[in-house]
Amino acid sequence: MNNKMLLEIKDLAIHYITVDGTVKAVQDMNLEIAEGETLGLVGETGAGKTTTALGIMQLVPNPPGKIVSGEIIFEGENLIGKSPNELRKIRGKQISMIFQDPMTSLNPVMTVGEQIAEVVKLHENVNSAEATEKAKQMLLKVGIPAERSKEYPHQFSGGMRQRVVIAIALACNPKLLIADEPTTALDVTIQAQVLELMKSLKTEFNTSMIMITHDLGIVAEVCDKVAIMYAGNVIEYTDKVNLFTTPKHPYTIGLFNSIPDIESDVERLNPIKGLMPDPTDLPTGCPFHPRCDKAMPICSTRVPANTEVQMGHFVKCLLFEEGVVR
Amino acid sequence: MMGEVKGLQPERLLEVKNLKKYFNTKKGLLHAVDDVNFFINKGETLGVVGESGCGKSTTGRVVLRLLEATDGEIIFEGKNIRDYNKTEMRNMRKEMQIVFQDPFASLNPRMSISEIISEPLIVNKVYKDKADRMKRVRELMSTVGLAERLTYAYPHELDGGRRQRIGIARALALKPKFIVQDEPVSALDVSIQAQILNLMDDLQKEFDLTYMFISHDLSVVKHVSDRIAVMYLGKVVELADYNTMFKNPQHPYTQALLSAIPVPRLDVHRDRIILEGDVPSPINPPEGCRFYGRCRYRQSNCLNVTPELKEVGPETFVACHYAGNLKPAII
Ligand SMILES: Nc1ncnc2c1ncn2[C@@H]1O[C@H](COP(=O)(O)OP(=O)(O)OP(=O)(O)O)[C@@H](O)[C@H]1O
Ligand SMILES: Nc1ncnc2c1ncn2[C@@H]1O[C@H](COP(=O)(O)OP(=O)(O)OP(=O)(O)O)[C@@H](O)[C@H]1O
Ligand code: SF4
Ligand SMILES: [Mg+2]
Ligand SMILES: [Mg+2]
Repeated sequence: MNNKMLLEIKDLAIHYITVDGTVKAVQDMNLEIAEGETLGLVGETGAGKTTTALGIMQLVPNPPGKIVSGEIIFEGENLIGKSPNELRKIRGKQISMIFQDPMTSLNPVMTVGEQIAEVVKLHENVNSAEATEKAKQMLLKVGIPAERSKEYPHQFSGGMRQRVVIAIALACNPKLLIADEPTTALDVTIQAQVLELMKSLKTEFNTSMIMITHDLGIVAEVCDKVAIMYAGNVIEYTDKVNLFTTPKHPYTIGLFNSIPDIESDVERLNPIKGLMPDPTDLPTGCPFHPRCDKAMPICSTRVPANTEVQMGHFVKCLLFEEGVVR
Repeated sequence: MMGEVKGLQPERLLEVKNLKKYFNTKKGLLHAVDDVNFFINKGETLGVVGESGCGKSTTGRVVLRLLEATDGEIIFEGKNIRDYNKTEMRNMRKEMQIVFQDPFASLNPRMSISEIISEPLIVNKVYKDKADRMKRVRELMSTVGLAERLTYAYPHELDGGRRQRIGIARALALKPKFIVQDEPVSALDVSIQAQILNLMDDLQKEFDLTYMFISHDLSVVKHVSDRIAVMYLGKVVELADYNTMFKNPQHPYTQALLSAIPVPRLDVHRDRIILEGDVPSPINPPEGCRFYGRCRYRQSNCLNVTPELKEVGPETFVACHYAGNLKPAII
C-alpha cells in the first residue's frame, strides 16, 4: 500500500513500576500504520497489547505506568508531550478506542442515544438536536433501529451493546480506531455480525484500525498486517500473507501449532512448552528462549535485534540475525 | 470411527431422554433445558456447543444430578439414576465427575494442592491410611503433570494452566468412568490450552474415560469430539459425528454457527451466513421452532409446530421440519 502514513511508533518502551518490581510491558516497539490500513496486534495474556493501545491514547495510568522512551507520531506530530487539552481534542475525534470490556464502557444510567450524542457534542460544532440526530444515524449504521436510542444499555443484548460501543467510537469519524478484543466476549454468530459491521464501516470511512486479538482467525479475516507480541516485544511483524505463509519466529510457529485446525484432522496438538514468564523477572537474552525448541546457547545471553528477514518482514530472533554463531 | 462395522453397536454409557430443567424466575418459567435427547458411547467424547445461555452447563449439571431435573430420564450404564436415593447416588458420584471452566473459582483458596486433591478421597473414605492416601495424591499429581514441589502450594500461587491440572487431578481421584468438562480450557491462553487438551486426550486413553465436553469454541470441540450436540435455546437441534456435522451441517442454525468460525488460514474462504437478530428469551418460550425468528428457511408451520429431533441419516439427528429439504423463507 502506498497510502499516507498515519501512525508511526518509534522505539517505544512502557514500564509499570510496582512494589514487586518493574514490568517492562512494552519494549523496543516499532510499528507503522498507513491510512485505511488495519494492523492486527496479537499475543497471549500479559503480552502488552492493551498497554500499547493505552500508550497510543496517552492513557497509561501513571503511576504505576510510564512511557520511558520513544515517539508516537500521529499525522506527523509526536503525541508524547502533548498537553492534556490537546490530547482531549485528539481522543474520541481523531483516535478512538473500543475497550476490552464492552460492558464497563457504557454508562448504565444514560440512554444509548445520549451517550453517542455526548461524544458528538464534545468534538463537533453542533447543537443538541443535531447531535441527537447524528446519534440516531449512527445507531442505524450499526443495525439498531433509531427509535431504540431512548433505551438504556441493560435493555440490549451483549452483541447490541458492543454495536453501540462501536457507534460511539465511530461517531466522529476518527482516523484511527483501536479495538481491544472487541468480540472476545461475544458468541461466534454475534462476533461474525460485529466483524462484518466493523469491516464495512472501515471501508466506508477509510478508517485505519488496530485490531487487538488473540485469535489468528480474526487476523486472517480483517487485518492487512500483523504484529505478534511476546513479553512486551513485537517478535514478528509483517503483512498478513507473509505471516500465514512463511511465519518465521518460533513463537509464531508455536502459536499456529497450538490451535486446532478446523480444516483438517490433527490427532495431536503440538503446543509450546512451559509457561509465560514472570513479567517482573523476564528471562535474560531472548525472552522466549526457555520455551523455544530452536534455542541455541547464545539465546540466553544475547537480546535479539529486530531483523528484516525480507522486505517488510521483521523478526526478533537470533536464528535470523547476521553475525550470530549458530 | 463408529458404525463402520455393521451390527457392532458401540456400548452406550449414558443416555438422556426428554430431559427438562426449568427454573422459576421473577419473569416466569425459564426453560434452560427443554426436552433434550442424546447419548454418549463408552470411551468417546461428546462435544456440546451453542451460544451463551443455551443450556450447556445446566445440561451437564443435571446429568450429574448436581441439579435436579424437572423431568426426563438419565440412564447411566442402563439404569435411570434419577430413581437413585441419596446413598445410591453417593456411590454413583464416584463414577461421574466434573471439571469447571474457571479453575480459580472452583478451588478453595485456603486449601493446599494436596488437600484439594485428597478431599474426595477423604470424603469417600477410600484409604484408611494417610500414607496410602498421600501416595495416591502424588500419583495423581504426576499423572496430570504437576511437579511434586507444588504439593503444599496454594491455588493463588499458580497460573491458570496448573490450576486446571488440579481440577483434573481432583476429578480423577475416584477413578471415574465419565467426566463432564465444562469449558475446561476457555480461560486459558492458546499455548496452555493446547497442553491441557493433550493431557485430557492422554488421560482418556489411559483410563478409558468418557467425556462430555462443553465449549463455545468450535475448533476445540471439533478437535476433541467424536460426536457433537448443537444446542439452541434449551434444545438439541443437531447431533451427529463430528465429520458428518462439519462436512454437511443440516440444521440452519448449525450451518450459520459453523460458517461464522473465523479460520486462521488464508487459503480457505467461507461463505458466511450472518444471522439477523438475537437469541430470544428462554422464559415461557412459545410453541414452534425456537430458531424461527432468525431462520433463513422458515415456513409457516415452523411458527406453531415444534420440530422433534429425528434421525435423518445414520446416527445423524436434526430437529428441523425441513432438514435435507431447505427452501428459502417466504415469510
Ligand atoms: N496498571 C498496571 N500495573 C502494573 N502492571 C500492569 C498494569 N497494567 C498492566 N500491567 C502488566 O503489564 C503487562 C502487560 O499487560 P497488558 O494488559 O498490556 O497485556 P495484554 O497483552 O493486553 O494482556 P490480555 O490479553 O490479558 O489483555 C502484564 O504483565 C501486566 O500484568
Ligand atoms: N440457577 C439458575 N436460576 C435461574 N436461571 C438459570 C440458573 N442457571 C442457569 N439459568 C438460566 O438457564 C439458561 C441456561 O444457562 P446455562 O448456564 O446452562 O447456559 P450455557 O449454555 O452454559 O451458557 P454459557 O456459554 O454462557 O456458559 C440461561 O438462560 C441462564 O440464565
Ligand atoms: S426451517 Fe423451520 S424448523 Fe428448520 S430451523 Fe428454520 S424455522 Fe426451524
Ligand atoms: Mg489486554
Ligand atoms: Mg456454561
